[in-house]
Amino acid sequence: MAFEDYEPIIGLEVHCELKTATKLFCGCPTTFGNEANTQVCPVCLGLPGTLPVMNGKAVEFAVKIGHALNCTIASYSKMDRKNYYYPDLPKAYQVSQYDKPLNYGGHLDIVTKEGTKRIGVTRAHLEEDAGKLVHAGGKSGRLDSSDYSLADYNRGGIPLVEIVSEPDIRSSEEAHAYLTALKSILLYIAVSDCNMEEGSLRCDANVSIRKKGTEKFGTRTEIKNMNSFKFVKQAIEYEIKRQAVVLDKGERVVQESRLWDVTENKTKSMRSKEEAHDYRYFPEPDLVPIILDPAYVQKLKVELPELPSAKRARFVTEFGLTPYDAGVLTSEQELGQWFEAGAKFTKNPKGFANWMMGDMAAQMKEQEKELTDLKFDQKKLAELVELVDAGTINSKQAKEVFLELFNEGASPVEVVKSKGMAQVSDPKAIEDAVDKVLAENPAVVADYKGGKQGVIGFLVGKVMQASQGKANPKMVNEMIKKKLDS
Amino acid sequence: MELYQKTIHDIAAHLKAKKLSSVELTKATLAHLKAVEPKVQSFITVTEETALAQAAEADKKIASGTNVTPLTGIPLGIKDLLCTKGVQTTCASKMLEGFKPPYNATVVERLNAAGAVMVGKTNMDEFAMGSSTETSYYKKTKNPWNLSCVPGGSSGGSASCVSADQAFGSLGSDTGGSIRQPASLCGIVGLKPTYGRVSRYGLIAFASSLDQIGPMTKDVEDCALMMNVISGHDEKDSTSADVAVPDYAVEMKKSIKGLKIGIPKEFFPKELNPEVSEAVKKAIEQLKSLGAEVHEISLPHSPYSLAAYYVLAPSEASSNLARYDGVRYGLRVSGENIVEMYSKTRAAGFGPEVKRRIMLGTYALSSGYYDAYYLKALKVRRLIKQDYDKAFEKVDVIVTPTVPNPAFKFGEKTDNPLTMYLEDIFTISINIAGVPALSLPCGISKTDLPIGLQIIGKPFDEAALLKTAYAYEQSTDWHKRKPSLKES
Repeated sequence: MAFEDYEPIIGLEVHCELKTATKLFCGCPTTFGNEANTQVCPVCLGLPGTLPVMNGKAVEFAVKIGHALNCTIASYSKMDRKNYYYPDLPKAYQVSQYDKPLNYGGHLDIVTKEGTKRIGVTRAHLEEDAGKLVHAGGKSGRLDSSDYSLADYNRGGIPLVEIVSEPDIRSSEEAHAYLTALKSILLYIAVSDCNMEEGSLRCDANVSIRKKGTEKFGTRTEIKNMNSFKFVKQAIEYEIKRQAVVLDKGERVVQESRLWDVTENKTKSMRSKEEAHDYRYFPEPDLVPIILDPAYVQKLKVELPELPSAKRARFVTEFGLTPYDAGVLTSEQELGQWFEAGAKFTKNPKGFANWMMGDMAAQMKEQEKELTDLKFDQKKLAELVELVDAGTINSKQAKEVFLELFNEGASPVEVVKSKGMAQVSDPKAIEDAVDKVLAENPAVVADYKGGKQGVIGFLVGKVMQASQGKANPKMVNEMIKKKLDS
Repeated sequence: MELYQKTIHDIAAHLKAKKLSSVELTKATLAHLKAVEPKVQSFITVTEETALAQAAEADKKIASGTNVTPLTGIPLGIKDLLCTKGVQTTCASKMLEGFKPPYNATVVERLNAAGAVMVGKTNMDEFAMGSSTETSYYKKTKNPWNLSCVPGGSSGGSASCVSADQAFGSLGSDTGGSIRQPASLCGIVGLKPTYGRVSRYGLIAFASSLDQIGPMTKDVEDCALMMNVISGHDEKDSTSADVAVPDYAVEMKKSIKGLKIGIPKEFFPKELNPEVSEAVKKAIEQLKSLGAEVHEISLPHSPYSLAAYYVLAPSEASSNLARYDGVRYGLRVSGENIVEMYSKTRAAGFGPEVKRRIMLGTYALSSGYYDAYYLKALKVRRLIKQDYDKAFEKVDVIVTPTVPNPAFKFGEKTDNPLTMYLEDIFTISINIAGVPALSLPCGISKTDLPIGLQIIGKPFDEAALLKTAYAYEQSTDWHKRKPSLKES
């Protein structure tokens, strides 16, 4: 049995930290990166006698996520206690949602090389985050080699939405596409910073494989500790291969949690202490159920900004962009907004988009500039597009002008004027230049007439050189052909 | 009569008239407290310094006439499961020995704002689990009426300190009867409010859907005065009700003519202690002579209350007590690894009754058993509540004995936990239904032990309880009787 005979079944669990000002059940701030245990209070520390009070904004953000993922929003849902012992969990239970989640039955569409695919979203529920443990005193910062652990509860109580996909994902590429699309949506609706390094977006993958053509799901493993989309892809790929090897040997896949090890590039079994997975869920008696007014739910739906997929589709129909272009420009909300604002000033939005995706993106990356750092606005870029479309300058000249635009914020029209860069498009001048070059290069002309059509590039180049790059290359090309073919 | 033997409303008049200062009163009360404490053992912590400081503050208010309430300058006891900022709060457990909360419970804040004086934290059954205060890690509290008898529980210390005049009133908590049963055994008034009437913020949780804080006092008027201060919505407690608080001291004095009283047949079994039965029946006759109408009613699902409670309460407790793991506060017994630390800490920190209930609760919530136990108990809960709803369509209040027997001797019920659980048989369905109930004295047994009358009311109708109790109390003199503080 070879690797190709198996079909991977993948489901993703994404935890998204909501960027509310305060925690889910108390007024402590949710800011990242401050000194340990400075953003805590009796409630989020679970001190004896304290009680939770629901953060309305968190519910609002969670409902927005539900809408953005096409979920049904429950008119009645409740919080439940998930009971387990771990030092980062002050109450020894996490307040989460068990059988009546806020959002369920949604989906997310992804685009891969194969086309568009719909991935089901089983549920997206609200819960509180745990604190963070730092394992110290040992060599690797890992639990098993440390002398002691330190608990920081700043993160404890921050609102999370756990988004669970259906096991509809069939490859690491699809997984990557799902995560990218999901992150984009969450950023668009402004509910989270989605920063994997800071932990405001976390992902666990459930992976199993089955023989192609069969229906029964295989035993799945849960992969954790992947803190970038790239690692998620790598880890899934590794795990699929690992499981295939196990099954090929005639052995069974063990149902377990595995960690992605970034130094060794493999998944490793978490040598778990006997972790009882019986969470003894029961309804949280300190909170009342969440009963949402349909008018409120509808208002949030209506107020949702245009989502990436809708914007992409609109860019294609309204501006004539290719789906690929639309995808690039909507990958970040600000980029799409910048484009759309600029498209007003040009008759050629496709050309405008090309500049954005090409030279502009390249310069921004090299010079580490953000949109907010740009020295020019869309109007000036539109000028450049117009100059090229009118034939005033050629594309090579345009690149030069663009650099002035990017580095100095100079108006393209001004640059062309002051540098006298206007393209030579006078047919007589072109003809004269062409005649000259043809006369000076009889051997090449002979080659062309002999069948070597490719040498025309050389001749065009010669004319461009003679004209200090100002000749209209298209016209030059046509003129040469005319002269030689006749 | 000594100063410390008076009621809140009596002594408040003295303070207001400036016949004596709160500092003088507090000193006198503390002196008596300390004098009888070796016999009664009501307190885990006596807060003499705090009390005198608060008394001085109260005197300033009284002198200037600003912010003076009926509780200003009055020495009170606080059950040791209510968080008091900077003052040891132990829940009578080794687990929280030395624990000083960094904040006050809302009820404590409200008492402070009213100018009350805290003389100490009272003894209780460990984590409120018990009916005799015998499971306290620290000491056994004695019943002032007979020092070889239990004061009841879990608010035993809160009951005994009021009964023995060590404080003018106290706060207790009630999950299955823990205010009313000790009030009955110690011959005082105790009220468990409607669930949600009083904020639970700062009440160290036992069973979240059943716990309520309430006053324990020498008479009904004092109870009304304390209810006025502690009741009302608290935004820190999501389960506290946003329902207006009437002036209970005014409501208490309203007439009970035409009041309909229900007598549930299930609460008067043949085997009921004859002295209890007689005292309660006499009280019912007394109420009739005061103008009330008596109707027989039925609460058919009450025989299931005990079983439902002993699934619901331990289940919630197993979760509420899981935070005591030695990591952040309280007792820590180190181990080779975290699991060992957890198990050693909890083995050492909890007494046997607490462990018993945690195990029961963990079992009832566990996978495969949840439906059969917890979920089933929730359904039985609804049936019990429906019984009360139906009964209250016909009657205004329900009257029963508070407990099946007067105070029992130490060690009498500790061998078999079930015999202890049966103490709560008349009080427990009230917590399950979330309705309010009050206990007040209605007799003394042949062996000189108090007998209690329980009055149960509609949700948020504490006013009806208080006026029924007041009318009865004022036509008798049980509330004037004092315990002997003798052993027999």
